Amino acid sequence: MSVVFNPIESYRDDFTFRNTSKAIKRFPFPFPEDQYMYSVNIEPALKGEAGSVFEHWFDIDEHYLSEVAERAKVLEKDPDRCLVMPHMECAAWDSLALLMTHLARDYPEWFELYQSGDQWVWVNHALNLRQAFTYGDSETLPCEPLEYITRQVQGDFAILDQRDNNLWMDAGMVTGPADWSIKFDAGMNFTQWHAPVPMAHKMGVFDRALKYLMNIQVDRPVRRLNWTMTVNPRLDTSSETYHEWGHERSLVTPDNVAQMVHLRVELQFLARLPRSHALMFSIRTYLIRLDELATQPEWACRLHRVLRELPDELADYKGLSQYRAMVVDWLKSYDPAERPCCAE
Amino acid sequence: MMRSMIEVEVTKVKQITDVIREFTLSPMTGSLPGFSSGSHIQLHLPTSVRVLKKAYSLLSDPADTSSYRIAVRLQEHSKGGSRFMHERLSEGDHLHITPPANLFAPNSFARHHLMIAGGIGITPFLSYLAEFQRQSKSYELHYAYRGGVTDAYVTDLRQAFSAKLHTYDSNLEQRLDLDQLLSNQPVGTHVYVCGPERLRLAVQEAATKNAWSPSRIHWEAFAGAEPGQAFQVELARLNKTLEVSADESLLEALEASGVEIPNLCRGGVCGQCVTTYLEGEVEHRDAFLSQADQSQQLMPCVSRGRCGSRLVLDL
Repeated sequence: MSVVFNPIESYRDDFTFRNTSKAIKRFPFPFPEDQYMYSVNIEPALKGEAGSVFEHWFDIDEHYLSEVAERAKVLEKDPDRCLVMPHMECAAWDSLALLMTHLARDYPEWFELYQSGDQWVWVNHALNLRQAFTYGDSETLPCEPLEYITRQVQGDFAILDQRDNNLWMDAGMVTGPADWSIKFDAGMNFTQWHAPVPMAHKMGVFDRALKYLMNIQVDRPVRRLNWTMTVNPRLDTSSETYHEWGHERSLVTPDNVAQMVHLRVELQFLARLPRSHALMFSIRTYLIRLDELATQPEWACRLHRVLRELPDELADYKGLSQYRAMVVDWLKSYDPAERPCCAE
Repeated sequence: MMRSMIEVEVTKVKQITDVIREFTLSPMTGSLPGFSSGSHIQLHLPTSVRVLKKAYSLLSDPADTSSYRIAVRLQEHSKGGSRFMHERLSEGDHLHITPPANLFAPNSFARHHLMIAGGIGITPFLSYLAEFQRQSKSYELHYAYRGGVTDAYVTDLRQAFSAKLHTYDSNLEQRLDLDQLLSNQPVGTHVYVCGPERLRLAVQEAATKNAWSPSRIHWEAFAGAEPGQAFQVELARLNKTLEVSADESLLEALEASGVEIPNLCRGGVCGQCVTTYLEGEVEHRDAFLSQADQSQQLMPCVSRGRCGSRLVLDL
């Protein structure tokens, strides 16, 4: 089944981003239970159902053109959102190879790859690009290899070096983070960049997760879902643009809550890069407006219960405290009170 | 676990020295998964008694995924692995291997890579050398062997890397002075050792004596042969006995017999499949349970009953 792209939508200013009913149906609703608490919710990334967001390693959907355009806008203002430390050059090429191979295999109607030794040709029909280059020689690409390929893919990418029994954020393309910054986290290890997360450290979540991630083997990727909420369909909620989006939390009212507030779900996917032994950590973000979500009443019911019961510390960390009560109130009508929800 | 195995054909067997043989393993179609310097694979060897699992370093250039090459030394007291490889395995045979894993990768922050090999321990460094040379890294290789017996690849190495190669032939009474070598290295050097246990211990001792921090000392390790030994398990409440074979986890055996256990990571960290046991000795391999909890609980996705002990689960 071929993916059809929406005309370019915006993730800023006039916020024209919308989900079609098809996108709503495949939205990765992240709550298996009526309560939410941190856990090591990582699983082998086995191939999912056809058409689902889990079908391929790198999901391309109707928002492809819009996300690519948004990334270009962010990079125009702030080129340092893509960074590759000198020792990560091999991992950058590894990332390019992994992405091109999988995209060409999984979406042959949009992407093609021809390889003859180190002479490669990449064709992207969606963006009308054709690039012949020498694998391993950056001079033969219009820009650095990680930047070149991730400008043509949805989702953010952190490339983690594995050494000294830890993972280090030494490269990445991050233009749509949920309140963090690649520039701030650059060079940090797994323990350091998770330092701000409340509660989970005491639970031992990160120590266990780190062991598991360092053991990921070639062709055996893993995945997990993470979530937060965002006011307006804004992809770039990076720490350095806080002044542009932070105040929007105070614009939510009972009248506009269903149109302004979005559930933001990250499909996090981790794969071993075969040649460099680095780890690719891709963060594919899905946004859904509250009233879009409520077209699936069982989701609205479950979200109502999760948000109502969410510990304050967690709500504060996710930045929901200012408007959580309004969201809970709006969702109340979808909760048939005592019966457990049946959302999956 | 079998789902991830790769079938390969032995396309070339080459005698390197009297006791060392090289095997080229080629895919049945297409190419093999990529790998990084220092990676190893596990071979499943169908000996007459049972399937033996043996890990070997990949010695080929990581840039080439058209085949893998490994080298095997015939061990005098072989329990069957190296003997099988030397006496039974020939060109045209088919084998199953695991995808590559790496517990011996070069450190990307090293300013200088100091490699110390003993005999057949040269193999992982052959894959290091290919990348180091391509990436213009700073390195040197010290290679100790017995001339004519364990001096694999020494002629090739002399030709390609003469300026960076230092050899020590025990037949000629040439000795590697580790203390001197390790007391004389630039700051930021990482040392890698592969070879007999006594060589590894000697390198660690000399490095410690010369105040090297442990994070700069690396030695080759292989991932354990997983899942492990076969064992028997009793399900107390279901009144059932199951055989768990060497090729499957306890969780997989339970699932195969129709017992549903909640699970997620299948790697001993998420805690979902925690199960209470009533009797038996357990080989705990998880990173989830506290030591206290391990006296009553186990994670069947990774942990196993000890061979010969009677494991009874509260299921």
